[in-house]
Amino acid sequence: MKLYPIRGGIHPEYRKELTSKKTIVALPLPLALYIPLQQHIGAPAEVLVKAGDLVKKGQMIARSQGVVSSPQHATTSGRITAVTQVAAPHPSGLPQTTVVLEPDGKDEWADLPEPFADPFSADAHAIHERVAQSGIVGMGGAAFPSAVKLNLGTQKKLEILLLNGAECEPYLTCDDRVMREYPNEIIDGARIMAHALGTPRVIIAIEQNKPQAIEIMTKAASAFAEIKVIGVPVQYPMGSERHLVQAITGRETPARKLTADLGVVVHNVSTARAVHHAVRFGRPLVARVVTVSGRAIREPKNILTPIGARIADLVEFCGGFAQRPESVVNGGPMMGQPLASLDAPVVKGTSGILALTAEEINNRPTNSCIRCGSCVTICPCGLSPLDMAAYIRKDNLEGAAKLGVMDCFSCGSCSYVCPSHIPLVHYFNYAKGMLKDLENELRKNDRVKNLAEVRVIRIEKANEAKKTALAARKPAPATTAPPSNTGETKAAPPTPEEKADA
Amino acid sequence: MNIATTSGPFTHGYNTVQKTMITVLLALAPATLFNFYLFGLPSILLFAVTVGSCLAIEAGCMALAGKPAKTALSDYSATLTGWLLAMSLPPWAPWWIGLLGALFAIALAKHAFGGLGQNVFNPAMVGRTAMLVSFPVVMTAWIMPHPLFSSGSPGLAEAIAITFGGHMPDTVSAASALGYIKTELSRGIPVTQSMAKVPDLMDMVLGYRAGSLGETSAIFILAGGLFLMSKRIISWHIPLSLMGSLFVMAALFHAVDPAHYASGIFHLMSGATFLGAFFIATDYVTSPVSKKGQIVFGIGCGLLTWLIRNFAGYPEGMAFAVLLMNGLTPIIDQYTRPRAFGRDSKGEPLPLGKP
Repeated sequence: MKLYPIRGGIHPEYRKELTSKKTIVALPLPLALYIPLQQHIGAPAEVLVKAGDLVKKGQMIARSQGVVSSPQHATTSGRITAVTQVAAPHPSGLPQTTVVLEPDGKDEWADLPEPFADPFSADAHAIHERVAQSGIVGMGGAAFPSAVKLNLGTQKKLEILLLNGAECEPYLTCDDRVMREYPNEIIDGARIMAHALGTPRVIIAIEQNKPQAIEIMTKAASAFAEIKVIGVPVQYPMGSERHLVQAITGRETPARKLTADLGVVVHNVSTARAVHHAVRFGRPLVARVVTVSGRAIREPKNILTPIGARIADLVEFCGGFAQRPESVVNGGPMMGQPLASLDAPVVKGTSGILALTAEEINNRPTNSCIRCGSCVTICPCGLSPLDMAAYIRKDNLEGAAKLGVMDCFSCGSCSYVCPSHIPLVHYFNYAKGMLKDLENELRKNDRVKNLAEVRVIRIEKANEAKKTALAARKPAPATTAPPSNTGETKAAPPTPEEKADA
Repeated sequence: MNIATTSGPFTHGYNTVQKTMITVLLALAPATLFNFYLFGLPSILLFAVTVGSCLAIEAGCMALAGKPAKTALSDYSATLTGWLLAMSLPPWAPWWIGLLGALFAIALAKHAFGGLGQNVFNPAMVGRTAMLVSFPVVMTAWIMPHPLFSSGSPGLAEAIAITFGGHMPDTVSAASALGYIKTELSRGIPVTQSMAKVPDLMDMVLGYRAGSLGETSAIFILAGGLFLMSKRIISWHIPLSLMGSLFVMAALFHAVDPAHYASGIFHLMSGATFLGAFFIATDYVTSPVSKKGQIVFGIGCGLLTWLIRNFAGYPEGMAFAVLLMNGLTPIIDQYTRPRAFGRDSKGEPLPLGKP
């Protein structure tokens, strides 16, 4: 099949050999599991249990709230000891509401929903419902609720389900291992998803640095004419949804549109496997494979981890640190987030935990920009990082926005190649945050302004009504109070005396 | 609880400013060494004075700015500026040309604008043109090659007298090919006739001709340029568009009126065409960052070089052409930004439905 070139990109040292030959091993049940209510993009789940409750594996402990949300399930059987605040796996280390589960060691499954005997004759809606109820989110890292994406078939005409097995981030091998060890589960999940989406074709894209995965997946897919496995060039960030779609179809997703608008829906390979489990066995998403790697880890591994295990548990299972890590990263080294604490739990979007040495990170003091233009050449989004950074340094966020900083998805390629080691992504993340705040502020102002205008109109109308009423029955006293009166007195600014009192 | 303050990525490439500069210096070395051999000891002395002055002035400027001089010197950018400046001077020019040129290059063109990466104009070319405009006689005192160890090559004492004493032997001066043709043309002698007296093509390619300290050998400079391309320090865009446009203009006018216009090959091989195309115009700081912009920039340099060589007062035009285009670089950059993913060239989202 013909592939299309994508713009820019880099070829970092992949360092996947640290774990690519390591078979997936299961983490022994830790003493406690910490299951956050928010592990996905969207609204946090609403908790259904309280301290002291006994739960079984796969039992729903928090239900989804709203359209874009996802439920949480007990990841083993045991007792809820608390619903409390625990540090989130986020750079801020801020606490979030988390269910603490003490395993009883039996790992007993709850009564699970009935498996679908023949999912391909089932109604698409029933499959969405099952995926939603199973708490499945995108397992490539973004953690967007998968059911919402599976629903796109009802709104748009879809042609291709594209399974993303590119795994373009250095170090990470969890998808590679899942593809090599559970190819049939992925293929079955993919077929179910294609059925639910109504896409006639399935393409599984795998970067060519995973030849075994390509071979095994091709073999597993050979029985199904609609499924095609394609090796894509090794070029970071090939795994970016929009870029992968461009490489496969040659079509560029317009800004502010979805790949689904081009008829392509992208799901991660591990997500397909989770769908297989949910539909064929009724099992919700309670575990995932996490690559624990980096040269500061004594024994790097691919670990099947129950959701909620502490990162410290994983590190300990890998023999602890061989040396003091310079940074511990949640995700891949390019787009992953630094961790503030090892006490944070593994969540559904955790693809890797990397303990990196200073040598691996190879960061250096920042120099002046020499305008070499490398960042412009490699930017996969066609932006001019050096110019945006210059604006942001002068706090000219508007200028940076005009140059498209909001189109940047922080792939990190520019920071990677910069010979002056300018922390470009850091600038862009800062600008994006500030610009979002600014936009929210503007929206808030607009809303306040609208409310104020509406209020003025309302008062005028009331006054008008009062006048006409007065004019109609002149002799009557004007005691009928307009309904907006109470609001008016409340909103009135305080007099100087009142201010002084305060 | 400590908050992680560093943002990704958590892996970085191995390229540094220092490595880039050293690679460029390496690429310049063969052409420089060959010209040391051709022009002898005085050229080596002038080179040492120029590079040394640049380093000293860089250190001085950093000290004035209250910044550590050591870090500035260790990026080798001042060394490179000095090296390129020296390569663009007449090989037997006196020491103060090197020193003054360095002052213009480093203090005025670089640090007055804010130091590394902030300058609008190529420092080495500012140094060279300031000298050329101020001291036109000294700056056009070309000599024919006097290879080291040959009988005509000055000894150490003589070299010191030439560089530091200002004793330019009368007998050795020669015109550069471009200068010669221009003078002859002004005397009414057509190019077709004067071409007979300039070095033949073989000498031009090898560099056995009169010219600046480092610019004469097309073949060694080409080798250095190709080395830089293989190391991905520079790309083909500027050199090719510069030489291409210069060649096309020259060839076109030569075809129409050979009596007044020298051939395309002649323009490519003479003056600073190769040095300019591969090492001067490709200076990161003062050339556009996008590939599209680099092509515009290269074509501009090529056209201006040809115009200046043919119609302006100076026989050589590369330095002026590059400086003029340097001034246009910010504007070129602004109009040649790449198209963003999913957007048209105006920044609007692409229309849907386009296959």
